[in-house]
This record gives sequence, structure tokens and C-alpha cells, in this order.
Amino acid sequence: MTNSNIILELQNVETYYGKIHALRNISCTVNKGEIVTLLGANGAGKSTTLRTISALNRATAGKITFMGEDITSKQPHEIVNMGLIHVPEGRRIFKGMTIEENLELGSFTLRDDVERKRRMDHVFEIFPVLHERRSRDSAMLSGGEQQMLAMGRAMMTKPELLLLDEPSMGLAPFLVKEIMRIIVRLNKEGVTILLVEQNARVALQLASHGYVLETGKIVIKGDAETLRQDESIVKAYLGE
Amino acid sequence: MSTTDIILQQLANGLIMGSFYAMVALGYTMVYGIIKLLNFAHGDLYMVGGFVGFLILSAISSLLGESWTAIVCSMVLSMLAVGMLGVIIQRVAYRPMLTAPRLSILITALAVSMILSNGVMTITDGEYMAFNTDLGFDGLDFGNVFISYTQLALVISASVLMVILYLFVNKTLYGKAMRAIAIDQDACKLMGINVNKIIALTFFIGSSLAAAAGVMAGVYYGSLHFSMGFVIGLKAFTAAVIGGIGSIPGAMLGGLLLGLLEAFGTQIPFIGSEWKDVFSFGLLILLLILKPTGILGKTEIERM
Repeated sequence: MTNSNIILELQNVETYYGKIHALRNISCTVNKGEIVTLLGANGAGKSTTLRTISALNRATAGKITFMGEDITSKQPHEIVNMGLIHVPEGRRIFKGMTIEENLELGSFTLRDDVERKRRMDHVFEIFPVLHERRSRDSAMLSGGEQQMLAMGRAMMTKPELLLLDEPSMGLAPFLVKEIMRIIVRLNKEGVTILLVEQNARVALQLASHGYVLETGKIVIKGDAETLRQDESIVKAYLGE
Repeated sequence: MSTTDIILQQLANGLIMGSFYAMVALGYTMVYGIIKLLNFAHGDLYMVGGFVGFLILSAISSLLGESWTAIVCSMVLSMLAVGMLGVIIQRVAYRPMLTAPRLSILITALAVSMILSNGVMTITDGEYMAFNTDLGFDGLDFGNVFISYTQLALVISASVLMVILYLFVNKTLYGKAMRAIAIDQDACKLMGINVNKIIALTFFIGSSLAAAAGVMAGVYYGSLHFSMGFVIGLKAFTAAVIGGIGSIPGAMLGGLLLGLLEAFGTQIPFIGSEWKDVFSFGLLILLLILKPTGILGKTEIERM
């Protein structure tokens, strides 16, 4: 693994939620162009890992490097400007605002309206359903459409690396498939993806390698193929 | 006076008071929407705005007299100065409290309110200041109904400011970011929005609207007093609650509605104008019992 290829690296990261020791000694790497997955049960620390990377939570120890730059003590909005976008758990779209407004806010840091329009057209091309409802209140969207909006909003920043937190949560199987198809498409367009999933089988189909978290620690790492075939891992950590 | 005349005259009075209330209520509601703080110092910013406008007007009156040009100049400068004051207050007093329990920041707001009103009291020796203008007493005379040009100009300027605010909040990216922060701060951070900057901007806009209303009140009443922010602060709060606190169109609507209700309330038999305040706060109590979310407000579970 050559160093120049690493886009994101966590070295011995520790995070606390008040007194709760949420992440213990987390180290992992994501290479440019890859899809990497973080797996684990509820409360294992998957979301906290993403929140620590995007600086919504602070690492109390360790180091996070993005594209060669130390981002451990940067502000969330500075990290976004570097091209690292976090699509949080529960979508967190701006309900009460239209789909178009949500997307515009995705490109908040952009000052070029022509480029904004171009990016929005690209998002509408990936998610035609958003185009149809562009001036509707986003609160009216279904769960799957809200997930699409959250991902589309993130795409408005033109990310290098996308952190996706449980994009398939609460969606019907055909929608999960659709979302996964889109993740692959974004990846082919050059976006590196760190995917948090409870639906391990689905995630391991897309990812090149994965990490399994348990009570805030990485307990297993390996390429997707190995993780998929190890029945004991599947049973113990990934559920059915 | 016929009934129609009374209705028309009270309509005019109500609209004037209503636009003051609306402008102060806007700052209340914007700050509440964005950081869930009832900024008790907001009424005092209105008072400070009036005094700053008065100071500037006195300074430039040798050049421009006390004409409309001079008044508009002092209003704009007072808006800028008090807007900055609002930003400084936010930075120094409120921002360190954002992570503390809710009660701490409320008490801080009370303290800021006292500092402002007592500060101005010390400077002015607690005296009334005459806010002299040479706008005259001309106006539109409809027989029994009289509306002065000053009153007309005040309502128009207030409307213009509110239309500008409405366009800013709905059409510009910064305005949209302000609304988005009220919905979900963390999600805003993840969009690359510098939340602290937008909060500061909100304080700037809210405080400068209060200052504009303060200068207008000086022109309208012809005098200023350090305590003038207290009651209007409570009234603006009432207006914001009527409209639905956190909602910008709600504050405009609530302000106008409160102004009109007060004006007409004084016409109810046995309720003279001295009962005006009882009337509006009684209304607030009724509203809090019957529809606590206000006319345009959304249901919210946690309240302070």
C-alpha cells in the first residue's frame, strides 16, 4: 500500500461522549477511489467514527489525516471545504425547505452560480425523482427520496470522499438496491466512499475491504471477500 | 366622529404601533429560531438604537438640519452601530453560554438587558431626551381622520425594511443558511456553513431592525427614555409568540395584529387606553393557554 494513495487515515483515535469512552484506539485507512465499509452492531461506534472524522465530535487523542493534511483540530466547515463530506445518520435534510433550497445549501461555499447550476443538473440527472419535485417541501419526500436528497446535497460540494452513514436504513429492499447502485455510480465517477452499514451483506458486495467494530474498537479488518466468506464473522458481527 | 371614522383612525394607529412591534419582534424571533434564546436584551437594543440615532442626528443636524434626509442617515448609521453592538453582545456574552444549560444563557440575557438600560440611565441621568425634528405636522386630512406624513413615512419605511428582510431570508444563500440553521445546526456544519458567522449575521440583522424601530419611535413620540425598551420588549415578545416564535412571517403578522388589537381594544367600553397593556398581556396569556405555538409556529416539544 503506497502512502500517496491514502486519502483518509485514522491513527489511534479516541473519542469520548461525556464520560463514555466511545472510540478506543481506532486506526484505519481509506485509499483513493475505494469503497470501504465499517460494520458492527448498534452502538459499536460506527456513527461516532464518522462524526469524529467530520469533527462533529472531537477526538481526544490520535490523529486524523485527509489528503495528507492533519484535520484533527479543524472545524467541521473547514473539513467540508477540503472535500470531505459526511451524510449523517437519519439523512438530516432541511425539512420545511424545498428540494432546490436543500441542494443550494449543499453548495453553500460555492460563489459561482453557473457551476452551482451545473452541479444541480448533475444531481438531478443521478436522481430524476428529485428533479420532478424540485420546488416541493422536502418534508413531503419518502424515506428513500430523503436519502437521495441527502446524498444529492452532499454531491453539490463536489466531494473527494463521502462518508455515508446507514444510507439503507428503513428502506424497502428495492430501494436499498437503488441506493447501492447509486453509490457504485458515484464511486465510478471518482468519489471515494466510506460506508457505514448494518446491512453487512449489502455493504460487503460493494466494498473492497471492511472493518468490524465492537464496543468502540476495531476487532476485525480484511478485504471484503474474506469477510464475506468467514461464516463465524458473519454470524457473530454482521447478523442476518 | 362616526364609527367608520373611529375604525379608520384606529386602523392607522394600530398599523403604526404594529410596525414597531413587528420590527422588534423580528429580532426576537430570528434569534430564538437560530439559537433558541429569548434575548431579553432585545428591547434594550431598540432603546439604544433610539439614542444612537438621536446622537447622530444632533451631530449632523448642522449640516443637514433635522429633515428626512438627516433622519434617514441617522437611522441607517444607528442600524449599523447597533447591529455591531448586537454582534459584540452575541460574541462576548452568549456564545460562551451556548453549551451551558439553557437557564444560564437566559440569565445572561437578563444581565445584558440591565447593563444596557442602566448604562444609558447613567449617561442620560435618567432624564427624558427630546427628539426634535422639523418634519412638521402636515398630513392627510380626511375630515375626522388624520394621518400625518410622519406616520405614513414610518409605516412605509418599516414595510420596506421588512420586505428587504423577507427577500434576504428567502432568496439569498445566506438567508437560506439562516433558516437552515434554525432547522438543523449539525447538518449545516456538514454543508460547510460556518455556523458562528451566520449566528453573528442574525444578531446583526435583528439588532439593526430594533435600532431602526428605536429611531422611528424617537421620531414618532418626540422623546427618548432609558426605560422605553422594557415594555416594547415584552410587547414584541408577545407579538412573536402570537405569530409563532421562530417564524419570520409570524413575527410580522403577530406585530401588526397586536398593534391593531391594542388600537381597537381601547375602543371597547370600559377599556380605555390605560388598559392597553393589560389587554395585550391578557391576550398573551390566553394564547399561551389556547394555542401556544402561535398562528404560524410549528409544534415543538422542548420549550423554555
